[in-house]
Amino acid sequence: MSRQAEARSAVEEGGPGRAQGGPDGQDQRGGDRRGRQEPGSPARRSLAARVGRPSPGWAVPGVLFFAVFAVAPMVYAVYLSFCGSWGGLGTPQFSGLSNWTRLFQDSDVRQATVTTIVLTVLSWAFQTPCALLLGVWAAGREKNRAVLSAVFFIPLVLSTTAIALLFKAILDPNFGLASTIGPWIGFPDGNIIGSPNGALIAVAFVGGWQFIPFHTLIYQGGARQIPEVLYQAASIDGCGRWRQFIHITLPQLRHTITTSSVLIIVGSLTSFETVFLLTQGGPGTSTTTLSYGMYREAFQGFDFGYASALGTALVVVSTLLSLLMVKFSGFGSMRSTREGM
Amino acid sequence: MSRTLGAAKGRSFLSLKGNPLAGLGAGVWLVIVLVPLYILVTTSLRTQDEALGGNPLSWPKTLTLSNYKLVLDSGFWGFLVNNVLVTAFTVAAVVVLCVPVAYVVVRSAGRWANFAFRIFLLGLAIPAPVTIVPLYVMIGKMGLYDSLPAIILPTAAFAMPVTLLILVGSMRDISEELYEAMALDGAGQGRILMQLVVPLSRSGLSTVAVFTALNAWNGFIFPLILTQSDNKRVLTTGLYTLSSQYGVNIPATLAAVVLSGIPMFVAYLLARKALISGLMGVGGK
Repeated sequence: MSRQAEARSAVEEGGPGRAQGGPDGQDQRGGDRRGRQEPGSPARRSLAARVGRPSPGWAVPGVLFFAVFAVAPMVYAVYLSFCGSWGGLGTPQFSGLSNWTRLFQDSDVRQATVTTIVLTVLSWAFQTPCALLLGVWAAGREKNRAVLSAVFFIPLVLSTTAIALLFKAILDPNFGLASTIGPWIGFPDGNIIGSPNGALIAVAFVGGWQFIPFHTLIYQGGARQIPEVLYQAASIDGCGRWRQFIHITLPQLRHTITTSSVLIIVGSLTSFETVFLLTQGGPGTSTTTLSYGMYREAFQGFDFGYASALGTALVVVSTLLSLLMVKFSGFGSMRSTREGM
Repeated sequence: MSRTLGAAKGRSFLSLKGNPLAGLGAGVWLVIVLVPLYILVTTSLRTQDEALGGNPLSWPKTLTLSNYKLVLDSGFWGFLVNNVLVTAFTVAAVVVLCVPVAYVVVRSAGRWANFAFRIFLLGLAIPAPVTIVPLYVMIGKMGLYDSLPAIILPTAAFAMPVTLLILVGSMRDISEELYEAMALDGAGQGRILMQLVVPLSRSGLSTVAVFTALNAWNGFIFPLILTQSDNKRVLTTGLYTLSSQYGVNIPATLAAVVLSGIPMFVAYLLARKALISGLMGVGGK
């Protein structure tokens, strides 16, 4: 038996220690390995022992850091949400459910919830088809596609802040492009951003302009991993491009679609910067999303308790939504995006 | 597996002949991408009078760099230095903290390592904007308010879940034999980590570095909430302050937007492959 094979079966016997080998690529060889197992030789045991395991202590700095700067703020937010109205001075006093009862009766919150949902749906419906089609298109290896893709990705170098300020200038009803294109798309005075629906569409459009390149990239990566044999087989069977897209590309990309959709939905549920910089939640409250409403409660109204209740509710909703999406798409049980191939 | 790799080299089905419909769609998107960028660059080169009167799509009658000079004289270099510092320290902190955690998650047999990993993964669903209130209070109590560490610490913490997800994924691909070979050479855990695990998870590490750096570079809400002095501004908050100062001086605001994008644009030109494959890696391995 070669030294390698020996070492391998030694690890097999490592008892609890071998837990890591299982779930991943190593399984594929498991079948023939198992046959060669010769239990109990002390020499092999000592080799397995010599590989050793890292001490859990190594993880302590990272875990502590995360606990202090990410978990603790979340826990503190939940605590503050039970502290009534608190302006940041003195000690917050526990006062039961007052913030939560107020939250469920607040008509502003109800409106902000509707706005947030509409914005999320708009963003998803705009970004997913565009990014999917562009990504599959950009996955081709032709020179012109490569050049155009390089141009498509330019918005990636601009920050959300920069993009929001750029579109604020473009949508300016007096000096921007909006006065020219507004009349074409149903805003005769060019004041797209001054009308409730126009402002909401503008926020969704700007978010799409910013994030579609990123999602295109994800789909491009996904599409390039689809085995070519599938397309070859389909063309032999006489499938046209459209049917190949529906019956091969889409099903093969389902996990990419889930990943990208979760990112879009969680991102839009909590989008803050574009609203803050582009519309300040207006006109009126027509683009006030939950996270912008939370910011206003906290840093303009100085009610940290109530803002924390809003924030906590938002985390619960976005966590539940992403878990649901992951569950229903079967993504959680997958180890690889190409499982079953 | 090997078939997929082969397929990646040439997708003949897509290149059969041109696909006119897809080409048209890509053309439309090209216009949508380019028109705002064209307006951005040309307006930043206009005089303010022309910007207030003219058509934003026309070519500027007089080209001027005075808007850029105004921005550069308004503290832009300070914003840039702060931004570089914040990004560099965030990436360093994330890598140094996450590599050992990922290594323990992949190699430790204990059940709690898996549990800790799950806690980190739950963090994926916690959006940063939601924690601004408790962070504002906590950072204040720690005496860090209005300092660069106030930006770096939470930015790094919120980058950890994605980082771990990616690092654990790439570390799991390292084969058992290599660990054994190292152990036969008498290597301890520290040497195994530095000479085997780190070099072999290079692609994961570069994805993590690119993604974390982009997030730190573009972060807005933490600097907005956790700092206030002029000399603590980063590019994003500096841009925001300048744009409120300039008011209707749209060319100056857009010159600031262009300047804020130049460092990343240069990075994109120099290291497009690394940036693109780094971002692509976020979508799954």
